[in-house]
Amino acid sequence: MLSDLEPLTVLIAEDSAADRLLLSTIVRRQGHHVLTAADGAEAVDIYIQQRPHLVLMDAMMPVMDGFEAAQKIKQLAGEQLVPIIFLTSLTESEALARCLEAGGDDFLAKPYNQVILAAKIKAMDRLRRLQATVVEQRDQISRHHDYLLNEQRVAKAVFDKIAHSGCLSAPNIRYLQSPYALFNGDLLLAAFNPAGDMHILLGDFTGHGLPAAVGAMPLAEVFYGMTAKGYGLAQILREMNAKLKRILPVDMFCCATLLCLSFQRCTVEVWNGGMPDGYLHDSLSGVRTPLPARHLPLGVLTPQLFDDRTEVHPMSLGDRVFLLSDGVIDTADDNEQLFGVERLQQVFSANREPDCLFEDIQQALRDFRGEPRDDFSMVEVRLVAPTQLNPPPPVYSDSGQSSPLDWSMSFEFRAQTLRRFNPMPYLLQLLLEVHGLRAQSGALYSVLSELYSNALEHGVLGLDSSIKRDASGFARYYSERNQRLDELNSGHVRVHVHVTPHGDGGRLVIEVEDSGKGFDVARVLARPADSNRLSGRGVSLVRQLSHQACWSDDGRSARVEFFWEALA
Amino acid sequence: MSEIHLDRDVLSTLKEVMEDGYLELLDTFLNDSEARLRVLHEARDAEKLSATAHSFKGSSSNMGAIRLAELCGELEQRAKQPSLGGIEKLVSEIDSEFAHVRKLCREEREGFHC
Repeated sequence: MLSDLEPLTVLIAEDSAADRLLLSTIVRRQGHHVLTAADGAEAVDIYIQQRPHLVLMDAMMPVMDGFEAAQKIKQLAGEQLVPIIFLTSLTESEALARCLEAGGDDFLAKPYNQVILAAKIKAMDRLRRLQATVVEQRDQISRHHDYLLNEQRVAKAVFDKIAHSGCLSAPNIRYLQSPYALFNGDLLLAAFNPAGDMHILLGDFTGHGLPAAVGAMPLAEVFYGMTAKGYGLAQILREMNAKLKRILPVDMFCCATLLCLSFQRCTVEVWNGGMPDGYLHDSLSGVRTPLPARHLPLGVLTPQLFDDRTEVHPMSLGDRVFLLSDGVIDTADDNEQLFGVERLQQVFSANREPDCLFEDIQQALRDFRGEPRDDFSMVEVRLVAPTQLNPPPPVYSDSGQSSPLDWSMSFEFRAQTLRRFNPMPYLLQLLLEVHGLRAQSGALYSVLSELYSNALEHGVLGLDSSIKRDASGFARYYSERNQRLDELNSGHVRVHVHVTPHGDGGRLVIEVEDSGKGFDVARVLARPADSNRLSGRGVSLVRQLSHQACWSDDGRSARVEFFWEALA
Repeated sequence: MSEIHLDRDVLSTLKEVMEDGYLELLDTFLNDSEARLRVLHEARDAEKLSATAHSFKGSSSNMGAIRLAELCGELEQRAKQPSLGGIEKLVSEIDSEFAHVRKLCREEREGFHC
């Protein structure tokens, strides 16, 4: 009666020689390999040496009885299940209970019945295999878990290198992210553009784990690459959206808020696609203006349908922009109630010390639920004087030996181009081929951008900068700008660039002309530099940052010069 | 009557299970039992008496020695009681029952040879 199961090694511990002989013969005939012991101590020794699969154990034995031997063997077996079947003619329930307490898994009564014994061995073998499978699978899961954690650590280290190539450590930024927020899809990036403006992105990819983190890489690349080259938010957003739309599966996208803080113009430009409201905190009045989502997340719409329209808000020194991920307001308590925006606003109004806002929010979350979620991100950016920041100098990979020193070039950008194309990054990159200009790239970019936007907004679009005299006018100005730009079908901006050697160094002349009505140059130039908080900054900025700024043709043509000395 | 001393059905099952080992099983049982009887005679403490009777009961039942197993069971229980009266009588009953069993086993042994 050979069984269909694989042969086991069975230890028989029995002091009665006749019973031992009989049982060994029965078990062997069932196809198993048999080891025998005449007492408990011998059984433990044999178990240690040969590790049998299953033990048939007499309860009453000399030297060491079956109870003690069973306990020792169970202890030695650890996580492995070594079934122990007690051989017994015991009938008292108390004695049977002792067998189970000692670790016995079953009984076999004397006289032995072959059929029952075979069935019990089979059942115990099933249990044994089940336990082995459970242990193996548990170990496998634990190995996979370790593997996954290690992968995450490596991925995070790689990612941190990329993410922290930005300026999150700037003195005007405070942020708080749960350590593995990246693997919950949260993404926080910050970088200076060539003009010294700061771009900040807080993003939240759908999904969790590696898939959520993977999309962060291309997004960060676009963000840093384009910010460094001087692209504006609209172009960066278009590129990000197109890239994510192209590479992500349909059910994946990225909610994001993108900011551009200009420390020179004292403005913040905002685009919010699908993120919770951000807040602009006026430090004087204490008013918090919400910065709500006006767009679908990145990676949802095709490039044709994508809306890159931003909002611009004026800021004063000390004002703050606060952004947060939905992990904060979606924190749920034990009854599935969400923390919610209202509670957040209560924290805002109770907050006395702006620098402690994060701590206040965390405390409120703890009070609400006991334990904050592992996927929240908060960031706060303060408007400070440009001198308080030290944007790192751009890094150039070429030697500068091919620096072109004597050339000029003219561009004319017409209505259809003006509507959707920002030539500034291209012009800047071209100019930065001139090695001597690199040290002034910030000023160069600021002046160039200012002249271009003056030509476009006041010249071609005919917008009056005095609209921007208060906050609501400011918003009106930018919405008017967007509308007129959309409808633009005539007009032009011309940019002339002349680079010539000058002494041991060189000279750059930039002229920007527009097709607008011009302005009263004498009157504008006569105004004190900072007579108005919100408007008319452009002209004074240009005069401050460049040489020989002058206007002609009734303000339709602006001309500035930059000089540089011989290079060391 | 001999069925009570040694159950024929049990023996034939054992023969089938043990095949060539049947004789060895009979010999082992007899040697084992004689050793146990000696212990029963010499034992002075109740615990030793009870444990030996218990083992003897188990192996007797496996061999189909029904009456012998019963007597050993009685002795096991008696030895657990405070008064040890009647023990000697039980041991001598076991002696004579084993004598029957031994005789039958030896006949079985001879028979198996043929």
